[in-house]
Amino acid sequence: MRSIIENVTCTFCGCLCDDIIVEVEDSKIVRVRRVCTNGRGIFVNHDPTLRKPTVDGREVDWKEAAAETAKILSRADSPLIYGLSSTAVEAQRKAVELADRIGAIIDTTSSVCHGPSGLAMQAVGEATCTLGEVRNRADLLLFWGCNPLVSHLRHFSRYSLMPKGTLFPNGRRDRTVFVIDVRRTASAKSADHFIQVKIDSDFEVLTSLRAMVQGKEIEAETVGGVPKARLQEMAELMKTCRYGVVFFGMGLTMTRAREYNVEELFRLVTELNEYTRFSVIPMRGHGNVAGADQVLTWQSGYPFAVSFARGYPQYGPGEFSAVDLLARGEVDAALILASDPVAHFPRTASRYLERIPTIIIDPMPNLTSQSAAVVFPTACYGVDAAGTSYRMDNVPIRLRPALFSKRPTDEEVLDQIIEEVK
Amino acid sequence: MGENFILITGRTREQAEGLHKGKRSKAYHSATALVEMSQEDMDRLGIEEGRIVLLKTPYGQVEVPVRNGALPSGMLFIPMGPVANALIGVETGGTGMPAFKGLNVKVELT
Repeated sequence: MRSIIENVTCTFCGCLCDDIIVEVEDSKIVRVRRVCTNGRGIFVNHDPTLRKPTVDGREVDWKEAAAETAKILSRADSPLIYGLSSTAVEAQRKAVELADRIGAIIDTTSSVCHGPSGLAMQAVGEATCTLGEVRNRADLLLFWGCNPLVSHLRHFSRYSLMPKGTLFPNGRRDRTVFVIDVRRTASAKSADHFIQVKIDSDFEVLTSLRAMVQGKEIEAETVGGVPKARLQEMAELMKTCRYGVVFFGMGLTMTRAREYNVEELFRLVTELNEYTRFSVIPMRGHGNVAGADQVLTWQSGYPFAVSFARGYPQYGPGEFSAVDLLARGEVDAALILASDPVAHFPRTASRYLERIPTIIIDPMPNLTSQSAAVVFPTACYGVDAAGTSYRMDNVPIRLRPALFSKRPTDEEVLDQIIEEVK
Repeated sequence: MGENFILITGRTREQAEGLHKGKRSKAYHSATALVEMSQEDMDRLGIEEGRIVLLKTPYGQVEVPVRNGALPSGMLFIPMGPVANALIGVETGGTGMPAFKGLNVKVELT
């Protein structure tokens, strides 16, 4: 018999589109509607088969795998817990509890994503809003160093460019759109204005915009490869719009000046509120990376790179962040939760991970699980497990599963491990 | 020897679709093992799409096929993944974030 489950949430990216329709027959997903091509694989490639965990490649029962994990973590002088951004809040808080109990360092994929934005937020503050406000109120949209038509495929249609909002009955025609990038991306073709900046020049461009918004004169004829007149026009549009919103991505956080770029953007947005209403939203990549920030902050006071080694939380980006720890060989065991650092870290760092005992908790085999000592094949939140995730605007979304779970959840596995280390 | 370029890495739709098929799948490998170069630079170097080039940084080197991309002259793009990561250093400037974008890279024709 075929059943249709509506309002399922896709957990691939920070858009958390919660209008997905999934058709299920004989406990298998046979059709998915409304999902984008980036998220489709979460559903159509999902394998709900109950598989046993493994220890050194040997199948064992769940209790034995939890006991082996506890043994590895307890023996370690400096264990690392890393990942968290593709699991639900319920599992994230268990990961923090485990880190606290065993005196581990805990870091999330934020450190190689919007970690610099977190640093900027702490330094400057962030004038922000929800995607609902963007949809209904924003008449000026700027996309800086991000490419939604590749990374967040339904962002334009659901939240930003296209929707016909309360104040904008004509949708796209009522909005002015800028794309600011070092290359002409797919998203740039959807913009009214494309501003091409030279690589590593975003800070100078943002500083100049701040000056122009404040009415100051710029002597240089071009800034970061952009003619002064274009920036002046941009500054005027920003000051005179009814409601402006900047979305930004890795083009600011991964280039030179990282957190200083974002600080300058946050300052610009804050200052624009003297003239009109303006907000800024980071384009969060993983489905619940915003939740990872939330959970770590509410439990430890800090959003990522937290050490519990001294019995209380210490914050240290650059010191307790995963790439730095692995590059320096400062951890001697790692528990990876819903992430694949071997695929996404610089090779020098990921090679070290292959040399220490690693435990991985993840619905899918990945490059990290290839060399892991213990592998827990868990349920996938949003597909065959219920849970909660935070959208990129920090709105929590309850995940409605499409399938009955045969596998334990990340939360249940972490609970077992916590019992074993007690 | 070789010519200097600036490398940026990032997501592509093929990379996102490939990872769902498994990181060891052919789809994921072919989506991430390539370098995009501007047509202007390809013409100047006298190379066509599919030509294998050697990319070197102080942290590693890879051989990948060239694909035409909408980039300014002097810039290269590699989709995020294990191939790009062979070229990335581990210095994070006290932030936790390596330089995944804006890396100096040397291109050699093999």
